[in-house]
Amino acid sequence: MAKRSDNKMLRVSSINKSFGDNQVLKDIDFTVYEGEVVVVIGPSGSGKSTLLRCINFLEKSESGNIYFQEELVENKEVAINKMRQSVGMVFQHFYLFPHMTVLQNIIEGPTQVKKMKKQEAIPFAEELLDKVGLLDKKDFYPAMLSGGQKQRVAIARALAMKPKLMLFDEPTSALDPELVGDVLTVMNKLAKEGMTMLVVTHEMGFAKEVADRIIFMDEGRIVEEGNPDSFFIKPENPRVKEFLSCII
Amino acid sequence: MGYDFSIIFEKFPIFLPAALETLKIAAAAIIVGVIVGLFIAFGRLSKIKIIYYLSTAYVTIIRGTPIILQLFIVYFGLANVIKLDPYPSAIIAFGAHNAAYIAEIFRGAILSIDKGQMEAARSIGMTNFLAMRRVVLPQAFKRAVPNLGNQFIIAVKDSSLASTIAVRELLLKSQQLGSSNFRFMEYLLIAGIYYLIITGILSIFVNKIEKRLAVNER
Repeated sequence: MAKRSDNKMLRVSSINKSFGDNQVLKDIDFTVYEGEVVVVIGPSGSGKSTLLRCINFLEKSESGNIYFQEELVENKEVAINKMRQSVGMVFQHFYLFPHMTVLQNIIEGPTQVKKMKKQEAIPFAEELLDKVGLLDKKDFYPAMLSGGQKQRVAIARALAMKPKLMLFDEPTSALDPELVGDVLTVMNKLAKEGMTMLVVTHEMGFAKEVADRIIFMDEGRIVEEGNPDSFFIKPENPRVKEFLSCII
Repeated sequence: MGYDFSIIFEKFPIFLPAALETLKIAAAAIIVGVIVGLFIAFGRLSKIKIIYYLSTAYVTIIRGTPIILQLFIVYFGLANVIKLDPYPSAIIAFGAHNAAYIAEIFRGAILSIDKGQMEAARSIGMTNFLAMRRVVLPQAFKRAVPNLGNQFIIAVKDSSLASTIAVRELLLKSQQLGSSNFRFMEYLLIAGIYYLIITGILSIFVNKIEKRLAVNER
């Protein structure tokens, strides 16, 4: 179990974020180590997604710092863009580029951002598509795919940048129940390969099986943190007990 | 005296040069309108206050005043400072006019693209400019096509106002020939048929583009 390395991949330090009068993140502090899978759970509105979005600066936090690979990420375009190249993000609603084929979606980042040649980008993209089980769909447009297939393409698109850290923002919440499994299988495979992952999800089965650590958030704070065994079997915090009793 | 509709067939070909003038003015106004309009649209979406206010003022002024007034300002009003020929005057006035409307078409189309598209593009490390160029604008342009087509048709018809400053386009031609023998109706109908042909071809063309761009959508 203990595959945790001592290398800090991501450190979130005293992040605060408000939307108007509503403070959604209150002094969030935690660290994700290289190779670790951290799952963030909690009731809706607890700030999980906002936390993820603050990490790659899609939302700007009011105070606090993000350290990526032990280096402070400055709140400047150049620094942020550089970090984003190494931090993959998967969204609840996929956000594939509808005017591009599956293959074009995947090579877009490598060719446009990293200036990789198409001849190099395409074989790698095909390799990734094979990994997510969609090589036969490479010339399809996103509109021709099911939700589960779209999400797997979105994962491949993020992986094409060869990220060191992957952020998943409720990746299965918008899917029909029978399609959730395919996406979780891909995520499971990634975790086994040693990818560092930070996952916001409501899939408790996935959390139990794959997570090295669980972070429970409520009302903008981290309420409890621990390995899945202790977390699910003997939670201490009453708020966690209440939450777990509602969903299991 | 009654009408002699055989004149329509007989005189139809001699309107061709005037029709070409109409086409030229409309095409130039559209090209200027699209290029300037795109910049104004970005101005209207800009977070830089001064750029936003200037472009908003532009759109407000142009949309809030008659196109013929704008034409007269360029041709007669500016004459004390710079004396422009009718032809460039028409292109400047109509181009500036179309730019305001086309800017709003582009702005609406850009705003209609899901914010998630921009976020997804940024999340793979794209700069704002690259994400605009590669992800948002291609989708926005597609959504703008029907409205752009509509505006292009309006531009063709509005070009008839150039007759008031003696540009020898379709309407002026029919007025001149009409006043020579008082067969206004026949000559006006010829001009009307030419306008219908031009706008008809334009809408077929726009429909074709719309269909072609829709192939990757369900």
